[in-house]
Parts: sequence; C-alpha cells; structure tokens
Amino acid sequence: MGLLALFRRTPSSASVAKERLRIIVAQERSVRGSPDYLPLLRREILQVIHKYVNVDPEAVQINLGQEEGHEVLELSVALPEKTRA
Amino acid sequence: MTEIIVVTSGKGGVGKTTTSASVACGLARRGKRVAVVDFDIGLRNLDLIMGCERRVVYDFVNVIQGDCTLKQALIKDKRIETLHVLAASQTRDKDALTAEGVRRVLDELIADGFDYILCDSPAGIEKGAHLAMYYADRAVVVVNPEVSSVRDSDRILGLLASKTQRAEQGNGGVKEHLLLTRYNPRRVASGEMMSVDDVKEILGLDVIGVVPESPDVLAASNAGVPVILNDESDASRAYDDAVARLLGEDLPMRFLEEPKRGFFARIFGG
Repeated sequence: MGLLALFRRTPSSASVAKERLRIIVAQERSVRGSPDYLPLLRREILQVIHKYVNVDPEAVQINLGQEEGHEVLELSVALPEKTRA
Repeated sequence: MTEIIVVTSGKGGVGKTTTSASVACGLARRGKRVAVVDFDIGLRNLDLIMGCERRVVYDFVNVIQGDCTLKQALIKDKRIETLHVLAASQTRDKDALTAEGVRRVLDELIADGFDYILCDSPAGIEKGAHLAMYYADRAVVVVNPEVSSVRDSDRILGLLASKTQRAEQGNGGVKEHLLLTRYNPRRVASGEMMSVDDVKEILGLDVIGVVPESPDVLAASNAGVPVILNDESDASRAYDDAVARLLGEDLPMRFLEEPKRGFFARIFGG
C-alpha cells in the first residue's frame, strides 16, 4: 500500500475481483439446490411477458423458498416505466 | 476413529495434490497413521509428488476390481513409517471407480486402523471428484486468491453441502476448511491480489492455512519430496501450521506479510 495507493485513482484490481465475485457467488448461491427447471421456467415466462410488455430480462426474478412446511414459488416482474412521448 | 478428509478445489492446478502430499506427511510426521489416496483415475500424479512413482505395482482400481489385496497396493513411504500411498489407476475407463468399490476400500482402510484417510480429488465436478468427496468427514478446499478459483471453490462448497453422504444423512454435513495457496503478500499489499480476508468473506468459511507462493513448491515436486519436508521453506512451515490446525491447535497465521529482504536479495531476487 503506502504512498502509491494515495495516487491511484482507479480501484485496485483486487477490489474489482472481490466485488465481481461477491455478486456472482451470491447469484449462484441463490439458485443452488433449486430444481433444474427454474432457469427454463424463467426464460419461458419471460418470453410470454415479452409478447405484451417490453421488459428487461434482468427484471424477472424467480425464487423458490420454504415457508411453514410448503414451498413457495415467488415470481417478481418489474415492469418498465411508461416512457412519456 | 478414522477421519476421512477430501482435498478438493473444483479448478485444476491450484495445488490439490501438493496439499494432499504435504498434509499427509505432516499428519504422519506427528505419529498418525495416514493413507493418502489418489482419486484422479487416468491422470495419476500423487505418486510423482510423493516420489514413489517407480514403486507403483497395483493401484486403486486394481483393489476395487479384486486384482490384488489392499495391502499389496498400499505403498509404504520410505521417509515416514506411518504414511501409505494408494496410487490412481492409469486406465481410461471412467467407470472403473464405483461408489460401492470406493466404500469397500475405505472400510478396509478403516478396519486396518488408519487414523486419517486423505482423498486427493481430481479437478472438475465429474465422477472422480464426486466419489472423492462422497464419504468425507471433512474437506480441505484448496483455493488460489484468483477469480476463477474462488468461484469454482464455491461450486464445490455447494456440492459438499448436498452431494455427500453426510449431507444426505443430515448428520451435520461435511466440515469444510479453506486453504489458500500461491499467496503473494507483496501483490496483496499492492492491491493486485485478493487478501485472505477477501476470500474468507466471499466464501464465508474459516481458513485453515495460507501457503505463500514459493519456488520451493516446484522444486519439491521436481524432486518428489513433499514441500512440507523442506524445513527451510516458508511453504513447509505454512503447511505444518495447517496440519496443526486440522488437529485442533489454535495458531496465528504466518506469512501474510512480505518478508523483509536485504539490499542484495532485492536486486538479485531470490
């Protein structure tokens, strides 16, 4: 570290690595253990929604959770804001 | 009580076999009876790192298929009396290793009174890696402070938590430890390499050892003498600390900072 770090404007490559890993590991953990059909389900739901609304692929979240002994499939779609003409 | 420890990583070339060899030596040096088993069927390498490649007559698959007894296949280390090596087979038949066969060999090692069985996993997440971890009580996940290695380690942690006998039986699961290798304190200090704490934070696991990047590791594999046996080396001391921690000792981490070097060493390297 030392003096050199004071003059460095861009973040260190190690902190970039850490940030990228933090995100990808969290994402991969969130789907771990969930059934294999979830990614496909997500894609097909996205296609259906896409027929009516132009949504960002990132805006569809599917989560499978446990709640009081039964599984809950949670689907969340963030619709785009209406663009004013 | 026999403890089965898998040395695994997901990614190749991070130091699994080097770690298996050194940890096996370290445990055996402390008087434990140790068998170290190479699960990398088709790509046998542990024998080379242990320096017993010319003494391999029978291998793991031979024992499973009943071509020989386990006793005939176990290679007794010439340096440490309580250390034994079971070499991987060089067969290209991927189905040579079966869960049932592995279980039988492990049971026989347990009945023989070994204190520790170290399973040196192949890279990847295929059958060999799966069988190496399946019966484990503990796992040493070898990781380099580098993006692909860390991500692959997390994949392996996921498998340890679901695709092992302990996970399936729900009896506490496999106890997991991280072991960092190729750690370069100078590059960590200059922000070019993730630190121990970074890796620990991302993977959320305790670190059982940090082995500094060292030319002694290559020299050791060149010679077929596990690096832990080179008393002059920092890598050796780091591995020995990791072995002590495996046995339950509480030691502070060493070699996390760059050693102070003299003027000439800095100019001429070394």
